[in-house]
Amino acid sequence: MRTVNSLIGSPIERREDLRFLRGRGEYVDDLLREGLLYAAVLRSSVAHGRIRSLDVSAARALAGVHTVVTAAEVRSGSPENRIPRVPMRLQPLPEFEPVGQPVIAETKVRYVGEALAVVLASSAAIAEDALGLIEVDIEPLPAVAGRRASAKGEAFLFEERASNLAMKFHAVRGDTAIAFKDAPYVRRERFRTQRHMALPMEPRGLLARWDAAEGKLTVCGGAKVLFFNRRTLARHLGLPESAIELIENDVGGGFGARGEFYPEDFLIPFAARHAGRPVKWTEDRREHLMTVNHAREAECEVEIACTRDGAILGLRGHAHVDVGAYMRTNGAVGARNIAQFMSGPYRIENIDIDVSLWLTNKTPVGTYRGPGRFETDFFRERLLDMVARDLAIDRVELRRRNLVPQRDMPYPIATITPFESKDELDSGNYQVTLDRCLREIKWQEKARLSGKAIGGRYHGLAVGCFIEGGAAGPKETARIVLEPDGSFSVYVGSSAIGQGLETAFAQIAADALEVPLDRIRGVLHGSTAYVSDGYGAYHSRSVVMGGSAILAAADNLRAVIRAQAAERLGCAPGEVGIVEGEKAVAPNGRSVALGALSGAGISAEGAFLNKKHTYTYGAHAAHVAVDPKLGHVDLIDYVVVEDCGRIINPLTVHGQAIGSVVQGLGGAVMEHLQYDEDGQLLTGSLADYLIPTASDFPSIRAVVLEEHPSPINPLGAKGAGEGGIIAAGGVMANAIADALRDLAVEPRELPLTPSRIWELVQAGRSNAQSGQG
Amino acid sequence: MSIRFEVNGKKVEVDVEPRMTLADCLRHVLRLTGTHVGCEHGVCGACTIIVDGAAVRSCLMLAVQAEGSQILTVEGLCDGEDLSPLQQSFRKHHALQCGFCTPGMLITAHALLSEEPDCDAARVREVLSGNLCRCTGYISIVEAVLDARVAYRDNAGRVAGKA
Repeated sequence: MRTVNSLIGSPIERREDLRFLRGRGEYVDDLLREGLLYAAVLRSSVAHGRIRSLDVSAARALAGVHTVVTAAEVRSGSPENRIPRVPMRLQPLPEFEPVGQPVIAETKVRYVGEALAVVLASSAAIAEDALGLIEVDIEPLPAVAGRRASAKGEAFLFEERASNLAMKFHAVRGDTAIAFKDAPYVRRERFRTQRHMALPMEPRGLLARWDAAEGKLTVCGGAKVLFFNRRTLARHLGLPESAIELIENDVGGGFGARGEFYPEDFLIPFAARHAGRPVKWTEDRREHLMTVNHAREAECEVEIACTRDGAILGLRGHAHVDVGAYMRTNGAVGARNIAQFMSGPYRIENIDIDVSLWLTNKTPVGTYRGPGRFETDFFRERLLDMVARDLAIDRVELRRRNLVPQRDMPYPIATITPFESKDELDSGNYQVTLDRCLREIKWQEKARLSGKAIGGRYHGLAVGCFIEGGAAGPKETARIVLEPDGSFSVYVGSSAIGQGLETAFAQIAADALEVPLDRIRGVLHGSTAYVSDGYGAYHSRSVVMGGSAILAAADNLRAVIRAQAAERLGCAPGEVGIVEGEKAVAPNGRSVALGALSGAGISAEGAFLNKKHTYTYGAHAAHVAVDPKLGHVDLIDYVVVEDCGRIINPLTVHGQAIGSVVQGLGGAVMEHLQYDEDGQLLTGSLADYLIPTASDFPSIRAVVLEEHPSPINPLGAKGAGEGGIIAAGGVMANAIADALRDLAVEPRELPLTPSRIWELVQAGRSNAQSGQG
Repeated sequence: MSIRFEVNGKKVEVDVEPRMTLADCLRHVLRLTGTHVGCEHGVCGACTIIVDGAAVRSCLMLAVQAEGSQILTVEGLCDGEDLSPLQQSFRKHHALQCGFCTPGMLITAHALLSEEPDCDAARVREVLSGNLCRCTGYISIVEAVLDARVAYRDNAGRVAGKA
């Protein structure tokens, strides 16, 4: 027996799994087309230099090479005889235009990995052989390898600008001058987070096919923001949007980085049209590490003012973000979020934070899960533990005293300029998740272990709080079709990047249509042909935006069904009842099966518009044991508790939380994209760039609550999936600091690798000795 | 070069360049695209297959080296449409999200459980530590593998291709 409205909230096993588990997923590199050419991209090995010459004649002459595309072909093939640039998708400010990335380097290279030429050949191996035959002469220029060198301005990435500062964001609330003037307690600190990246397991790939007869371009391998990328491609190729179909295949992870418009998203479709043949390109892992958006390289000097009993009066400071060589698509988001979210879940009435975005000769940056929030949670939560010790206030009590109280919701946070955006925390009781987290980790019981050495390892505890933004607007679209067998197909403008969207959306649609799950024939996403417009998957928006659009589409579909049925049944549409999602019934008892109506072509689109953000919130706690001789950190227990509003599928939300935590732990203690002073990437393989493995963090728990549904959307849902990562850096650093407090270890920089911890222990010892002497 | 081997119980003969990896041969010549390539330097484990009973990285093996061998890929893990007990356990425990590392995880786990159906959690973690997953955080994968052990104890989990 079926119960209506019972699917939302059920831990339904995923539909997607059936194909993935049997090796039947279809990722872009799995595709094959008749007459396919394979692309390989020649990339700069120099971080900063002027291109003197590029000779592709030997490569063109190699047997099996079809052609080679360089900046010359791109320029002459462009509608305006110029090299197109990667656009800003978010914060499209005029200041960013001069520092946008050309899709192929023409006169200068500005980072190791920048595209110089694309070889098209009959096999991937021949295309790669041909790369070695291209002669490129680059006059090296001094590399700007860090934000200090960038600010110094001895070399400029864009000489005509005579500055390496791309932009400055400013977040303000209240008046910090007044707040700090007579503050009884002030502390200033400097913190740093390291460059690391999303690193989805599936490398990027594209397959583009140009149909000259139809004038139609089909591009497989899109993800995340198909409609934006189609608009961009149409503009750069001089085609109408309707001539391009962008298709999202199965996608092997996104985490913010995948699916943005990269130079290859122009170059491969361009090459296919240029060659008149389908072209496939799959990056290798080295290319991935040096071309896909990096993230998180930020430094801040922040100052906090408090009363003696720990009430925060103000927060001010300056942050600096190393944004790499160019501003592309969402490259400003991390920096702007550092300005706006420095206060996190705490009530801080006076805020003044500015953030400078510095251009350097490194891979450009973009968003990575919890952008700006991971960084600020590290800065802020570290600072709070220092404040607690200074003021001799319990660390938990300090947080409790300052969390935004429920009665203050919705709570306005700092306003950011330029691209002014006001925002407010929507709802929730932040004390509840903190309390639950403390209970789960057994804080009271474990408090006695704090700082204690047992068998040569020092035990430490920490707890920290976070907020996670979600539901970015402005809109999402869904369409539902009634099929001849009476089942329903759901088409959405949202994107699936591995998060289980097909299952969650089927649950929402089934409940909205009051039918069992198996009557939802499919959730179809990932083509620009499915709905009139779509905005995709970013900023934890899919369930809130796409899910709410499904509710709207279901309402509209029912209206269409009533109207059609009314004609057949000879009554008014308002009199038609839809029973069990199976038949339409007139007041006189006559009925018609819904499947029988579908011949009339019944479908309806629905949209959800929203300008507000949801805020999921929660707390993390960690118990570590640190070996000061080796710098090794053993994670004994880790708990995340979050309230993400109404839960659609507890199984997938829980999975997202755990996976997110482990990524965050990678950022906290291991992951680091390192460059040398010449701007060479030193971590160009997975043997150099370390991410967590199955043996690193065996004890992680997640508790996901739904006590406070969001008031700003009909589902009551909030974003989910980023909360696990956000507090991980701050909480791990605080746990390590707590463990080694007798050794005067005070981490101010991530990642806390064994060697860095060892160095901190040595530094703490020598400080202690010099203090005694 | 022409080589012959057996994949998922079927004899095949392919003509490949000596430099072609076994992973590329399976994926692009035999069109068995369930085996994924994530790094091409033997670190990520997505391309793991079973060759003559042992789990190996197909990106680190040349196709020509497979001459005469018996190979099992993810496509051979279940018979027909029904999921194997290991695959069912992965679904039940939500041990996959994007699905890209999943074939390598399944094959590595299958090789382990076929040899050591009584292995403990530490052993599962040790063996799976050669397979990278960016979505799950591994907790659910380890649970899924532990939960599937029982099926291997009575040999029910064994399938064609496993020596």
